[in-house]
Amino acid sequence: MHEALLELADDHLILGHRLSEWCGHAPMLEEDLALPNMALDCIGSARTLYARAGELEGAGRDEDALAYRRGERAFRNCLLVERENGDFAQTMLRQLMFAAFMEPYWHAALGSTDEAVRGVAGKATKEMGYHIRHAGEWVIRLGDGAPESTLRMGRAVEELAPYADELFASSAAARAAEEAGVLPEREALRPAWEAVMSDVMGQAGLAWPDDVWPQTGGREGRHTEALGHLLAEMQSVHRAHPGAAW
Amino acid sequence: MGETPLWEVFIRPRNGLAHKHVGSLHGADAELALSAARDVYTRRGEGGSIWVVPSAAITASDPAHADEMFDPTADKIYRHPTFYDIPDDVGHM
Repeated sequence: MHEALLELADDHLILGHRLSEWCGHAPMLEEDLALPNMALDCIGSARTLYARAGELEGAGRDEDALAYRRGERAFRNCLLVERENGDFAQTMLRQLMFAAFMEPYWHAALGSTDEAVRGVAGKATKEMGYHIRHAGEWVIRLGDGAPESTLRMGRAVEELAPYADELFASSAAARAAEEAGVLPEREALRPAWEAVMSDVMGQAGLAWPDDVWPQTGGREGRHTEALGHLLAEMQSVHRAHPGAAW
Repeated sequence: MGETPLWEVFIRPRNGLAHKHVGSLHGADAELALSAARDVYTRRGEGGSIWVVPSAAITASDPAHADEMFDPTADKIYRHPTFYDIPDDVGHM
C-alpha cells in the first residue's frame, strides 16, 4: 500500500519542485507569486502523503528520508511532472494536464477508506481546481494569442502529449490500493480529463495530436535524464548536511 | 510587459464589510488580473471576495486642487455627530 502512496507523493514533490524553479524567474511579478504558490500546494500534498507512506511502510522512514535520501531509480513519479519547465507555454500546459487529472482524482478520493488520503483530498480538490483555472487561462491566451505564443503553445502540445497516457495507467501497487478502496481508479478518470482538456484546447484554438506514442516508465523507476538533474539539486542540501533542521 | 494593463484590486475581508483598495497589479485581461489578485493579495486569508478594476477607469482628484476640494469642510464642525447627548441605555454606537 505504501508504494501506491509513494507514487502519488513523488508526482506532487517533483512537480512542486519544478514549479518552484520559476521563483525569481517568472515573466512578471504576479506569476512569480502564483507559480511558487502552486508549488507549495503540490509540496504540501506530498508531505502528508510521504508521512502516511512512511507510516504504512513501517521501516522508520519519515518524509525527509523519502524525499531526500532516495535515488533516481527509486522515484515513482510519472514522466510528465519531471519534464523541464521549458518556456511558459510548456510549464502551463504541463500544469493543466496534471491538474485536469488530479482534480477528479482527489474528488473521487474523498471517499477513500484511508483517513490521511481523505484529508489530502479535501484540500487538494480545491487547489487543483484553481490550478486548472489558472493554467487553463494561460493556455487559452497563449494558444489564441500572438503568432509567437501560438507557435510555442503548439510546440508545447507536441512535446507533452506523449506523457498524458501514463497518468491513466495504474501500477500493480496502485491497482491493489484501488481494489482496497484507498485510491480511485485511474483509467476511469479519462473522460473527466478529456472534457477539461478539449474545452481548453477548443478555446485556445489548439488541436490535440491523436497519433502520439505514449512515453511511460516512471512508475517502474525508468526516468528521463531530466529527473537526475532535478534530484541532484533538490537533494544537495540534505546530502551535504544530513539531519540539519531549521 | 510594457503593454500589460494595470488593475486596481479591492478585497472584502468578510461579509458585511465593504471592498477595500489593497493595491494594483498587471494582467493581460480581467480574468488573469483576478487570478493574479488572488495570488498576490490573498496569501494569508485576507479575503472572501475580490474586485479588479482597470486602473484607467478610475478618475482621480487632482492633488493640486486639494485646497479647494477639501479645505472648505474644515470650519463646518457642526457636521460631526458630536453635539448629541446619547442616553446611557443606547450603549456603544
